[in-house]
Amino acid sequence: MTMLDTPLTGRVEGPKGPDHHPDHHHASPTPIGFWIYLMSDCIIFASLFAAYAVLGNNFAGGPGPKDLFEPGFVLMETALLLISSVTFGVAMLKAEKHDMDATTMWLVITGLFGAGFIGMELYEFNHLIHIGAGPDRSGFLSAFFLLVGTHGLHVTFGLVWLCVMIAQIRMKGMIPANMQRLSTLSMFWHFLDLVWIGVFSFVYLVRLI
Amino acid sequence: MSAHSEASHGTMGQLMIGFALAAILSIIPFALVMMETDIAPSTLVAIIMGLGAVQIVVHLVYFLHLKSSTEEGWTLAATVLAVVIVAIVLAGSLWVMHNMNVNMMPMSEGNMITDPEATPGASMSGNHEGHN
Repeated sequence: MTMLDTPLTGRVEGPKGPDHHPDHHHASPTPIGFWIYLMSDCIIFASLFAAYAVLGNNFAGGPGPKDLFEPGFVLMETALLLISSVTFGVAMLKAEKHDMDATTMWLVITGLFGAGFIGMELYEFNHLIHIGAGPDRSGFLSAFFLLVGTHGLHVTFGLVWLCVMIAQIRMKGMIPANMQRLSTLSMFWHFLDLVWIGVFSFVYLVRLI
Repeated sequence: MSAHSEASHGTMGQLMIGFALAAILSIIPFALVMMETDIAPSTLVAIIMGLGAVQIVVHLVYFLHLKSSTEEGWTLAATVLAVVIVAIVLAGSLWVMHNMNVNMMPMSEGNMITDPEATPGASMSGNHEGHN
């Protein structure tokens, strides 16, 4: 494995190198640090879920969930996001084998599924605003747009990151720094799919019963 | 590095097991809602939320590869702390806001006039009117 002469990759190779320290097991602080960021993001989403739970019945005489939500549409969004999570998993397995072309291909596929999800969400938001059920209509819709919109914004930034990642892999190859970036992005992407479970269960399905 | 990565990213088999479980756990709640079964609504809510919780665990184990040994347990510790805070935020918000709604002056017009004794707030204002 080639080493890049940056401080980051020097540390990644640490445990096997001459500066191996028995007390220092993790090669890099990035994974645990990023995980703690994700957990704090989790708390942001929890407060938005709580807002939706509290405001969810304040329709102000406007449309309710049964007038607006279509389970088939949400199932399609769920499928797109879940498949994109799996294709990212495949990309990680290819990256471990240092197969740059296969990794790029699976990342592009992941990006396409992610873009499909965002496309559907933008269509839904546009449709809701068009029929007069925008975030200004009622407390229920404000909370809905805030929660689902925040999730969508995360996925959008994930897509931007994915594009940057593909460019970095094409330019520098499967160097340790890129491997670390890739596994960090993988955590972010899987986490967004995890949050979506809460969204489709709690925001859509439970309100359609 | 490569040995560490293999341990943290699992295998194709694991990924496919995770995909199958997640797909099944997603399709069941959608099917229950879309087929309009005659299960009681409260039971259905419990089933959907329960399956969602199970699917979150599936994602954590098969996609995010959360293990008690990762980073000497600190990853799991951070996760447990987050789960505790999430539970407090959600349950606390619902509890407080529910109590506030129950104890608030009724806003609907019918309640105030016909049944002033319905809630503590309303009965107090009713008494004042009686003295006047």
